[in-house]
Amino acid sequence: MTTSVSAMVLASEQAGQASGVFSLMWLIVAIPALSAAVILLSGRAGKSWGHLLGCAAPIASFVLGATMFFAMLGRGPEERAVEQQLYTFIPLPSYHVTAGLLLDQLSVCFVLLITGVGSIIHVYSVGYMAHDERRKRFFGYLNLFVAAMLLLVLANDFLVVFIGWEGVGLASYLLIGFWQHKPSAATAAKKAFVVNRVGDVGLSLAVMLMLATFGTSSFAGVFGHVGAAGTGIATALGFLLLLGACGKSAQFPLQSWLLDAMEGPTPVSALIHAATMVTAGVYLVTRSNAIYDQAPAAQTAVVLVGTITLLMGAVIGCAKDDIKKALAGSTMSQIGYMMLAAGLGPAGYAFAIFHLLTHGFFKADMFLGAGSVMHGMNDEVNMRRYGALRKYLPITFGTFAVGYLAIIGIPPFAGFFSKDKIIEAAFSSNVWIGLCALIGAGITAFYMTRLMYMTFLGHKRWAKDTHPHESPPVMTVPLILLSVLSIVGGAGLAYAGGGIVSWLEPVVGEKHLEPPLSVAAMTALTLAVVALGVAAAWWFVARREVPVEAPVKVSPITTAARKDLYGDAFNEVVLMRPGQEVTRGLVAFDNRGVDGVVNGLAAFVGGLSGMVRRVQTGFVRSYALVMFGGAALVVVAMLLVRLS
Amino acid sequence: MNNFPWLTVIGALPALGAVVLALLPKGRDLLAKQLALGFSAVALVLALVMAAQYDPAGGFQFVEQHNWIPAFGVHYALGVDGIGIILVLMTALLTPVVILASWNDAEGGRRSVKTYFALMLVLEALALGVFSATDVFLFYLLFEATLIPIYFLIGSYGGPRRSYAAVKFLIYSLVGGLLMLAAIVGLYAISVTQTNGNPSFLLSALTQLSIDPATQKWLFAGFFVAFAIKAPMWPLHTWLPDAAREATPGTSVLLVSILDKIGTFGMIRFCLQLFPEASKWATPVVLALAVISVLYGAILAIGQKDLMRLIAYSSVSHFGVIVLGIFAMTSVGQTGATFYMLNHGLSTAALFLIAGYMIARRGSARIADFGGVDKVAPVLSGTFLFACLSGLALPGLATFVSEFLALSGTFTRYRVPAIIATTAIILAALYMLLVYQRTMTGPVTPAVEKMHDLRPRELAAVVPLVLVIIVLGLFPKPVINVIAPAVDSTMTRVGVTDPKPPVPVTAPSEGAK
Repeated sequence: MTTSVSAMVLASEQAGQASGVFSLMWLIVAIPALSAAVILLSGRAGKSWGHLLGCAAPIASFVLGATMFFAMLGRGPEERAVEQQLYTFIPLPSYHVTAGLLLDQLSVCFVLLITGVGSIIHVYSVGYMAHDERRKRFFGYLNLFVAAMLLLVLANDFLVVFIGWEGVGLASYLLIGFWQHKPSAATAAKKAFVVNRVGDVGLSLAVMLMLATFGTSSFAGVFGHVGAAGTGIATALGFLLLLGACGKSAQFPLQSWLLDAMEGPTPVSALIHAATMVTAGVYLVTRSNAIYDQAPAAQTAVVLVGTITLLMGAVIGCAKDDIKKALAGSTMSQIGYMMLAAGLGPAGYAFAIFHLLTHGFFKADMFLGAGSVMHGMNDEVNMRRYGALRKYLPITFGTFAVGYLAIIGIPPFAGFFSKDKIIEAAFSSNVWIGLCALIGAGITAFYMTRLMYMTFLGHKRWAKDTHPHESPPVMTVPLILLSVLSIVGGAGLAYAGGGIVSWLEPVVGEKHLEPPLSVAAMTALTLAVVALGVAAAWWFVARREVPVEAPVKVSPITTAARKDLYGDAFNEVVLMRPGQEVTRGLVAFDNRGVDGVVNGLAAFVGGLSGMVRRVQTGFVRSYALVMFGGAALVVVAMLLVRLS
Repeated sequence: MNNFPWLTVIGALPALGAVVLALLPKGRDLLAKQLALGFSAVALVLALVMAAQYDPAGGFQFVEQHNWIPAFGVHYALGVDGIGIILVLMTALLTPVVILASWNDAEGGRRSVKTYFALMLVLEALALGVFSATDVFLFYLLFEATLIPIYFLIGSYGGPRRSYAAVKFLIYSLVGGLLMLAAIVGLYAISVTQTNGNPSFLLSALTQLSIDPATQKWLFAGFFVAFAIKAPMWPLHTWLPDAAREATPGTSVLLVSILDKIGTFGMIRFCLQLFPEASKWATPVVLALAVISVLYGAILAIGQKDLMRLIAYSSVSHFGVIVLGIFAMTSVGQTGATFYMLNHGLSTAALFLIAGYMIARRGSARIADFGGVDKVAPVLSGTFLFACLSGLALPGLATFVSEFLALSGTFTRYRVPAIIATTAIILAALYMLLVYQRTMTGPVTPAVEKMHDLRPRELAAVVPLVLVIIVLGLFPKPVINVIAPAVDSTMTRVGVTDPKPPVPVTAPSEGAK
């Protein structure tokens, strides 16, 4: 563990100053930000070119990011981290904040994911949103998101991270509510923002605690000195950051917003609510590894949150008939895996990021695939109304199938490499956690097979006047690109150039734990459980015709899963209702209580003044005289007190 | 130019404008509006020219001092430090903005259109004086004098219950003013005894007095209650929602964004500087009241059915944060609080004015009477959303920087109040996004179908606010640099220093660029 701490200090305290190509680092963030501003302010004129500029911006950032990535490859592992200080944000002696960027082995992964997958999704959106009259605005918001997300992962001070952090929250709010004429979309957008703010209280307080403890919130300052601050501070920071991570990454107990967030257009679900933004919590924990390494209790909490969420999300995913909500449950669950891994410390950080990247590929692939299905099915999302689509949407089917094989973890698809590592690491740390992760893999296989079967196989169960058709190339080419990534991404990241574990080692450290079984046995066991999940899905779903109406008589577990395991019911009973009562009560109190006293006093004075009306002559001069007399009296009184 | 009486000239301009307006013949309403806008715009330009010459190193600058009533030691003394100049600039910026936005708001009033704008100019002149007075008696006179124009603005141009609101506001303010007067008289008495009969109301002279602790507490209380009524703090806040609801939107801006700042400004300038010991003594109570204000205002904002009352309660909550930052007695907290005075002024102005545009179109301030406006008036909806986001202190906007600094400055010394107050950011998200959702989203309701989008004049009034909020959100340094020295001298005066971090980090890059 000590190695990872010193590695962290090395990476961020001795990060080189940006020069050469790295001096353009700020442009990675600035280009999409500027593009968003231009698009949103362009008015009618922007309608014809807004989407083109919208696509060009993340592509430009990707090119910059890729150039810098290759420049990093050419350097030694300890010289890869590069810092660019931009300007003084807060100039106080007691709190000095520099707006600066840090491109290191960790953040470059995110830059490439955000701009790479982001660009693909932008291009797809050109086709997906072609018939929306507000397409220009959509691209403005998407660019805003990309800019904020890049700031989040590139900032080198927690306060600046927080700007990106809430910036992506804003973009998410705007995009979930993009079709805000639908009350459900507007409600879902607000819910996402408010639940995220609960997490943001944690992040805010964490930054405040950093300021109070270290007098700074810069990465270099905090990570370099957290060891000297003691376990108590580190634990507090760890829990506060975890609260923030739970909000953004939809982890238990702040998971309830993500399923509702599917109200947004499908490319949004792919980019923000699957591939990038929701993984920001994993980034935060991984980035703060120096803190968590000092705080075993907080690490345990991270593992528990991840484990609970991975099971919850998987169970919810089994019961959903809405294809996007099934995928959203799956996203929760997969991020649970990442959290679990991140909670394992240096033994798991790299695997968390590994799975985060492969998940970004295959989940974006599947969400866009779902969008392609909806595109061909009159925006139908109910899988009970799908069936037999493989013949009608061959490219969508093929690319979706790749995503399916990747997520359930069949070799050599991407998810196999990354998820297997997490399960292995979980077992090495604690058998029970490992079992939970293993069971999760089985349930994943179940719900994904169910989804696959209900959508693409079996018989047609379409609504009237449905004429499914394959999407145009502007949508299918992105699907093909993502499915290629879902095939080669896993092996590539695992082995190319020493693999991601050694790439990230200077930032997050490395620790190898011995699994209780041999690696080959672990893999075999996992694959057996996955096969069991697939077989179970076939047994329960594919053996007979899928009912068009969801069956009413179902097990209590299914009922609970359909209701998102009562997350919303809990919120309603414990938070919303009492909150409304308190609000109502206080409004009444303010009107009758506080104001009542005032008005009562006024009435009393009014009555009194009736009695003393005789004194009131109506002459200003006599009022002035009385006032003067009163004032003089006070002077005299004060003087007497002083003199005596 | 060193001896040029900048502050007097800038303050006299709107006063002169008011006189010119008063002399205009009846029926020249348009000319009256144009003149009002012109005078306030020139005052803004002059204020900017003055600010460009301000030396950020600190201290009182642009000082003018003349004997006025030698027998009582009263001076006509003006000067601004970093805190004062920020509020002078805010006043100078907001007045033309409000005049432009209120172009057609006075038509249905009890008094003439030109009077409405003349009163606004008078108010500007007085407010500029309040923020630059360095003689306590002069401050008091101007402080009380602001009541006259604002009373007529509320009582003559507002909604149906404007008389009730105006009188309620007046009584509250007069009670506060009387308490302050008593305290000022007390100060005078002490000044007389300690200077052998050569009393002076100059702030610089009064801070030299040594006041015994018991008397300090009483005098502090006199000032503080007056300021707590102004700034509205719980439980002295109930005049504000009524006033904001009944007044025209422009009046509400002048009232909440500018005049209410006299409360928090006065706490820093007078309570802390004149009565440092008593301020420290009162801190626990003040912090408790501030935390209550933060949560109470936020919860009540959630429960409001009226747009203007909602904004008023959100201000109660934000003023709570400002007071918290002031009395946390840390440089970070007080800097944040002062910065928040400016940002709250801009942000609340945007909220009131845009809500005013909505009300003017719909003929109702009830939130439930709107719905789906975004579809028919996207620019109106977009600017309103921006104002709401500024109201919930979104990072990247100026309000965030100031709110965060105020809260974290509090946190370094008082953990529990800061933690409780920080939870209000959830409530802020709730009340701001709820009102946006209820008014702007959903299907278009029949009542708003014909609503037209913002006119160029209306947009022009809000754009400066939007720009300043964004620019200061990303580049707050120039303003913080101006505020910080003034905060330092306040803290020196009170005799407090920042708590030292237990694990201090000397950042390698500090001050590099």
